[in-house]
Amino acid sequence: MKRIILTSILLAAFLVSCALVDLNAPLPAYDTGINPNLWVTIPAGEFAYGQHEDIESTDVYEIMITDVTTAQYADFLNAALADGYVKVDGDNIVGYYPGDPFHGIKHEIEIKAGDWVYIPLNDPSQRIKFDGTNFTVQVGYENHPMTSVTWFGAWGYCGYYDSHLPTEIEWEKAARGTDARPFPWGWEIMRENANFYSSRDPFENMKTFGSRTTPVGLYNGQTYNSYITLDSASPYGLYDMAGNVWQWVGDVQPQEGFSDRYMRGGSKDTYDMDLRVWVHNSAAPTYFSPGVGFRCVR
Amino acid sequence: MQFIKTRFFYLFNSTKGLILVAIAMVGIVAAIWGMLSGPMAEMGVREVVIKLFGMDIVQAEREGRIIILYHSIAMAIVAIETYMVTGLLKMKEFFKMAVRVLITVGYMMTMIFGLLFAYFGHNWAFHGLYITGLSLIFFAGVLLCVALWPWNKEYYINDKDYAHTKKGVDVERMAFFATAVTTVISALFGAVPGSFFGNGFEVFLAENVIRLPHKTVMEYSIIGHLHIMLALIGIMITLIIGRWLNFKGILHKIAMPLMILGTIVLNLGVWGVATPLEPIAHMIIYVGATPSMFAALLLLIWSWGKLIKDGTAHLKKPNFFQKLSALVRDPLKFGPTWQMLFMNFTTSGIGIFMAIRLDEIFRIWPAREERIELTGHWHALSAIIATIILLYYGDMLGLKGKVRQLYGWLILILSDIALAAVTVFEMKRLFITEAVQQPLVNGLMLAMDFGLGLLLTVLAVVMVWRLTDLFKPKGRWTEEVTHELSQEVMK
Repeated sequence: MKRIILTSILLAAFLVSCALVDLNAPLPAYDTGINPNLWVTIPAGEFAYGQHEDIESTDVYEIMITDVTTAQYADFLNAALADGYVKVDGDNIVGYYPGDPFHGIKHEIEIKAGDWVYIPLNDPSQRIKFDGTNFTVQVGYENHPMTSVTWFGAWGYCGYYDSHLPTEIEWEKAARGTDARPFPWGWEIMRENANFYSSRDPFENMKTFGSRTTPVGLYNGQTYNSYITLDSASPYGLYDMAGNVWQWVGDVQPQEGFSDRYMRGGSKDTYDMDLRVWVHNSAAPTYFSPGVGFRCVR
Repeated sequence: MQFIKTRFFYLFNSTKGLILVAIAMVGIVAAIWGMLSGPMAEMGVREVVIKLFGMDIVQAEREGRIIILYHSIAMAIVAIETYMVTGLLKMKEFFKMAVRVLITVGYMMTMIFGLLFAYFGHNWAFHGLYITGLSLIFFAGVLLCVALWPWNKEYYINDKDYAHTKKGVDVERMAFFATAVTTVISALFGAVPGSFFGNGFEVFLAENVIRLPHKTVMEYSIIGHLHIMLALIGIMITLIIGRWLNFKGILHKIAMPLMILGTIVLNLGVWGVATPLEPIAHMIIYVGATPSMFAALLLLIWSWGKLIKDGTAHLKKPNFFQKLSALVRDPLKFGPTWQMLFMNFTTSGIGIFMAIRLDEIFRIWPAREERIELTGHWHALSAIIATIILLYYGDMLGLKGKVRQLYGWLILILSDIALAAVTVFEMKRLFITEAVQQPLVNGLMLAMDFGLGLLLTVLAVVMVWRLTDLFKPKGRWTEEVTHELSQEVMK
């Protein structure tokens, strides 16, 4: 009898582990009141960069107040397809990239000039839909960050609008300002500051689909139904510089032979420690994920 | 007063008492500090623990904090192994006493003051005492090398069952000596860059710089240090288990020179990482790891063969199931080598697979995924070493009958469930995408927490039993005061 009970428990646990995940489960619709089309000016000057607070400086630049949203990216694709800036290649949207320098160093991937995947259309997590003519956004995700986009797709978007992906230094200064804080809003992190793994926001369900993206600018001090957020803007007023999605940055070969691209900011899928402003993630520029997005600088 | 004096004498002057104290210290630290991360943090337990103990944790200082935590636990494990070595091998009483005093004071200072500094505000006096503790352990290591000197004629052997040179030098002792010496040297590979980076407060975790193609000598040194120290702790526990089980015969004669060769070559490879030899260092490491792992395999073959032979001695022609039954009859003797075999699935196998398919698979994934594999596989190796120590400790306790079976099998089954779950968790991206992984992750986390949580509970029960035993005038501790491990080596 004991064996039957134990076997049943183990079997039940196994079956629960194998449960299918509904990637299109309903999600709350919140208007955060933050306009993703706004840009923020970051003044020139020095700041403490990285975990060890090395002094770096930047010129003045502008950066998007939030991550690029799916709606913005769909608009881009419609315009870019019409212009011939991107094209459809099977299940992918591709665009031209002029290539990276190649040094043949161990583990280095050769990125040649040519067409590279911007976004895959057949990825189950892709929120951009294409009917053969127009790009649209899956209902409910319009004000969520654009995800399942490669570094090339992020680079192409910014380039199309005469901007560029932020360098690591630009990104971090915009995130932390000049007082060496570890988080955009200050020195400590609470669940109401950002969307991270198991942060108990209304968009996550850790029993089924896990953590999902939240609308850009959600953590602005507003209360959504009964969900209270803290105003978690960076010193310059940027939102989502920690959590929600990793953000591609633009540095190409920061070290000779390093073909990965860096990502910053942590995401819905990482613990709070990865939301510290100096934490790096990196992946090949062909990588895409429901936890990676971007914003632009000009 | 006599009450305290006798107990103190047992706890800090006998091999089993010293091991008991160190296991208790590690158990307490693992139980409390394990609640600060992972699922415990998700469930909000972390905040409760922080408030309950009045911890002062600053997010920005996580890296430095956990490096001190790792060292606090590792030094206690090194101390346990040292107690075992000094209890199993012949050496002068002065050296035995001096090594034990130094390492006991050392690991306690490291653990207590290290954790006080890291988790309870930054009192720099505590940091100094933490460093002093590490230094004392280093000196204990140097002294242990002197004590183990195999070319001292007092330690020559002529028993044909054991590996020895023509002159009579004990080759097994040479293996212990080689491991001790290389451990002391390898400690410097952490100490020097530790001072270098610590001076500028530039602490970092190796897994966070692993992908950068160009690393400084000091960064390579740290990466080499953490790999080789864990490997050496693993090699030392293999030698200890071999001695406890009384490894001998032809396989012993083959294994011991291989162990020495493997240890030296492995160390040369790892040290080479911090030199211009770096491009070929990995090849040297593979060359060194092979004979070491083969030697461990020979120990496994010999010990399993002995368990089967002894367990079926009363049968004329034992069949397969009778042999299997004999093999697993005593989980405490079967367990350590089983864990060494299991390690190949959770650590070595994963490591080799990653090395072979690094560019095709693992470097396509984000660095954070690779970090999970790296940290997961060395956590698994550490946990396996801990369980081997606990299995040996179960035998030291003199557990018999059903309690022995229960203790042994609970440790084996619970740890292997947890470690199997860790291994699947590390490798999950091979067969599931992040978008649909949550139910699997939940199941694996449940298995890990179930295994490790109950394992800690078993340990807690044993520790409570030992604590209550100390209050008895003629408790088990009175028998352990004078028992030495060398007296309990298997016949």
